[in-house]
Amino acid sequence: MSTPTVPYRSTTVPQHQHGLAGRVAASVSTPGGAVFVLAFALLVATIFANSNFGDPGYLIRFLGRTAPIAIAAIGQYYVIVSGEFDLSMGAVIAAQVVIAGDYIGDDQSRIVPGLVLMLALGAFIGLVNGLLTTLLRVPSFIVTLATMLALAGLVRYLSGGAASGYPHDDLRQLGRGVVENVPVVEVLPYPLIILGVLCVAAVWLMRRPFGRTLVAVGDNPDAAHVKGARVWWVKTRAFMISSLAATVAGILLVGSAGVHPSVGQGYEFRAITAVVLGGVVLGGGRGWVLSAVAGAFALEQLFTLLTVLEVDSTWRDSVQGVIIIAAVAVAARAWTVGRRPSPKAPPPEPARPASVTYEPTPGTPPEQPTPGANTGGN
Amino acid sequence: MRRTHVKSVLAGAAVLAVLTACSTDDSGGGSDTAGNDTAEQETEGSSDEWFVQADYDEQMEQMSATFSGPEDQPWLQYIEGPTTDTSQWATQESQKVCFANASISNPWRQTGWITMNQQLEVLQESKVISEMETRDAGDDDNQQIADIDYFISEGNCDVFIISPNSTAALTPAVERACETGKPVIVFDRGVETDCAATFIHPIGGYAWGIATAEFLVDNLEEGDKVVALRILPGVDVLETRWAAAEKIFEENGIEAVDYFTEANPETIKSIITDEITKGDVAGVWMDAGDGAVAAIEAFEDQGVDYPVMTGEDEMSFLRKWEETGLNGLAPVYSNFQWRTPLLAVEMIAKGEPVPTEWVLPQVPITEEERAAFLEANDGMPDGHYAKFGGEDLPGYPEVWQERQIP
Repeated sequence: MSTPTVPYRSTTVPQHQHGLAGRVAASVSTPGGAVFVLAFALLVATIFANSNFGDPGYLIRFLGRTAPIAIAAIGQYYVIVSGEFDLSMGAVIAAQVVIAGDYIGDDQSRIVPGLVLMLALGAFIGLVNGLLTTLLRVPSFIVTLATMLALAGLVRYLSGGAASGYPHDDLRQLGRGVVENVPVVEVLPYPLIILGVLCVAAVWLMRRPFGRTLVAVGDNPDAAHVKGARVWWVKTRAFMISSLAATVAGILLVGSAGVHPSVGQGYEFRAITAVVLGGVVLGGGRGWVLSAVAGAFALEQLFTLLTVLEVDSTWRDSVQGVIIIAAVAVAARAWTVGRRPSPKAPPPEPARPASVTYEPTPGTPPEQPTPGANTGGN
Repeated sequence: MRRTHVKSVLAGAAVLAVLTACSTDDSGGGSDTAGNDTAEQETEGSSDEWFVQADYDEQMEQMSATFSGPEDQPWLQYIEGPTTDTSQWATQESQKVCFANASISNPWRQTGWITMNQQLEVLQESKVISEMETRDAGDDDNQQIADIDYFISEGNCDVFIISPNSTAALTPAVERACETGKPVIVFDRGVETDCAATFIHPIGGYAWGIATAEFLVDNLEEGDKVVALRILPGVDVLETRWAAAEKIFEENGIEAVDYFTEANPETIKSIITDEITKGDVAGVWMDAGDGAVAAIEAFEDQGVDYPVMTGEDEMSFLRKWEETGLNGLAPVYSNFQWRTPLLAVEMIAKGEPVPTEWVLPQVPITEEERAAFLEANDGMPDGHYAKFGGEDLPGYPEVWQERQIP
């Protein structure tokens, strides 16, 4: 995990030694690629159990419904790949949802200021999480756990623990609305469009110097520091992205679900699970952002499959837990399998002086990634 | 009952899951309260342990019983039965009331809590009660036990009012309160002791289950599917609602699938959407109305016909029900019961006998009555309950409209 990305040893990267098919096969054998297979397999299993679930109209709505979780997973990815955790995500969503209900309410003129307020609050929570983690050196696990509690208290205070009224329908359209009359899939839910835009932005951002530095920081913060990266600011921005992603998820959930303090509950768990299912290594430094998105879809597809199979409500959670543990365990094992090609040649690092000269300058072309590194699934 | 277990597709995981499932059932804490002498059915479902035939029959009877007491004050009505002699507590002094509340974490409890405080104002005015000290346990058994013990040792209480968080866990604490010799009033959820001066509650969960399930059975065909949305397991007043409904669905050939939602609208929407995709959903049954709107919206989003549905007398459901014109029923778990404990304090201070088990009326709102209730509660927030019974209290209607939670 602490092996730095070394740009020179391109011949040791197995997936580039073969043609397209070989590269696809190599990608799929990494956890970051395998999650796509997993999501697809779960989809096939669901359709096999009940063919109605293969209907394009249903599938597109399913994707729309999963968009908030996928967006949360994108946010969580940035934090995890930088070597930290964000446990405050669910609480951020709940706080934003309750604020939308309380502040915006049925007043149309407050929608825009309300959204600005929510995004500002999201950025602020991320900033606090980031600064406490990086400057005060409190482990992010504790920092974000504390933020979670503080926000849960705020939600309880604002709402008294129960739902308030639903906010204005125009706001809810963001999460509930659809583009009508789309060929084949009938409709195109707004949340799915927003997710699509965010995916493109996320991939773009990971190819920018910020994204590359972020992975380097997660891989080895000391090395990144020596190379001149401002570790604290890079990580803080990752936390801000995470809280902003939670805010966007919250805005969509206000529309698709409604206002209730329980909205967002468990999102930190679902987001982290999605990221891990996507093959992103806890501790940082490895993983592709779109694999995290695929992880979110796989996770939700699993829940749907349990519904289709009519698993008894009293032990649904147990079944979910067991399957998630199994999937994550397989994902973790797969890393060792994915790295197998290189053990014969013992790596010459960590003392390799070349790694010091490597700088994540903006002009560095995105070539020769290690398997499963942030561009590995391409 | 339709409890199709995991099929071979998940065979590997299922073996493990079955093992874990057993432990889940144990932790439900239901075994203490289950009077399993009468319920001799399959043992696989968790709700069976909550089904007590004798209680079911009793509540079925109470649904058609005659209630004594003032006609226009349902919160003072009761079914004739044994009473507690309270002459030993008769006093001219203003009473200090200590209230150990389970929580105010759902709109039903919040509405009741507001009503209770307005009732308190009246009784403070008339010098029956000097003050009420309240401790909110935040849905936590241990916290509530600590709260009660605090009241016993430090509270300087004249009367205890306890709204227990859970049945078995709170029983010893309630008994300790009784041992002080002061009157103890228990309301809403019960405990397993009859040491309290009075136990105030509406008819109960079975009555809810019977009213709702019979409505759905009457309006559906045999073989139709009902999705049952339940808040959470392990709470007796909720478990008995489902236990009764499940029995009736089973007897009448209604296919019912149940889910726990914690009233989370997102969960509710996903469940309903998936169930609609699986096949026609003819009915929706809820063990509490919180989240009813999300369930109805799921049908709208999928563009299918509305189901026959039972919600609750929460304003959000009554409004959505009227707006959509669906065929529905609003069962009631009488919210006005939050007034009764304080009025019982007044009776006890006067030395008047109180019903040992004070059963309050519990009558659902039908489509014909809906308009009247909507009009009477015009301007009330969505989380308000139509049968809150505080129309004659000071602060009506502003306090409820603004939902100032004390």
